[in-house]
Amino acid sequence: MTVGLTHFLLVAAILFSLGILALATRKNAVMMLMGVELILNSANINLVAFSRYQAMNLDGHLFAIFVIILAAAEAAVALAIVLQIFKQNQTVNADQINKLKE
Amino acid sequence: MSYTDAFFYFFAALTVGSALVVTFSRSVIYAAFALLFTFLGVAGLYVLLQADFLAVAQIMVYVGGILILLLFGVMLTTRVTNAEITTGTVQGLPATVVVGILLGTLILLVSRATWNVQESLPDVTGTTTEIGERLLTTFLLPFEIAGILLLVAIMGAAMIARSTDKTKEAA
Repeated sequence: MTVGLTHFLLVAAILFSLGILALATRKNAVMMLMGVELILNSANINLVAFSRYQAMNLDGHLFAIFVIILAAAEAAVALAIVLQIFKQNQTVNADQINKLKE
Repeated sequence: MSYTDAFFYFFAALTVGSALVVTFSRSVIYAAFALLFTFLGVAGLYVLLQADFLAVAQIMVYVGGILILLLFGVMLTTRVTNAEITTGTVQGLPATVVVGILLGTLILLVSRATWNVQESLPDVTGTTTEIGERLLTTFLLPFEIAGILLLVAIMGAAMIARSTDKTKEAA
């Protein structure tokens, strides 16, 4: 079976599910960020694959570039927040940061 | 099986396999290094989709930037006294069940849908020129906004991450 659009979409679907799983189950905030990166990558694969199989319409590529830009900005700000949380709580485990509950 | 197909299966296996390590490895450092191979595999898939500019951008931004940032995050938020930096998981069973249903639905949808796909795919000789032209014509406004967003994100990250004592000294 020759590789077509469906193959790329399937890889992206698996990557997306693994990202969601990492985001949902991990305690460590940095690991949750890695899950977000997996999700963004899977979305990018979809955009580029559709772009390729629509006779190389480059709109998908440009969308993917903006997604990469947003991912970089998100990672920088999120890690700054995580560092600040670590400074105040001595932990980055999402289940131990429950000051609002007490 | 053509060379393209073989390369696709190689990169797909690399991407999915290392993503599995990212999701299930108990060691944070192992997960971060597996993420490197996931990004490389995705860059390989971009090459197979003839997205040369995006493949290079993927390696430069993700591997060269975001992954280094994440590794710094791991190093700065764990006590390095213990060599094994591990992390626990919560809600393993419910999350797995829900994600399994989600993945099944996605696979069913993707494989059953009839996509509007062009039969003859033209080979392109490079996308960088056209991407550059479009960034400065059709997509000029998003391009400029993205520049401002990056500036704001850098300044915001520096503001948030600097120590609170210095803020008091400055004030």
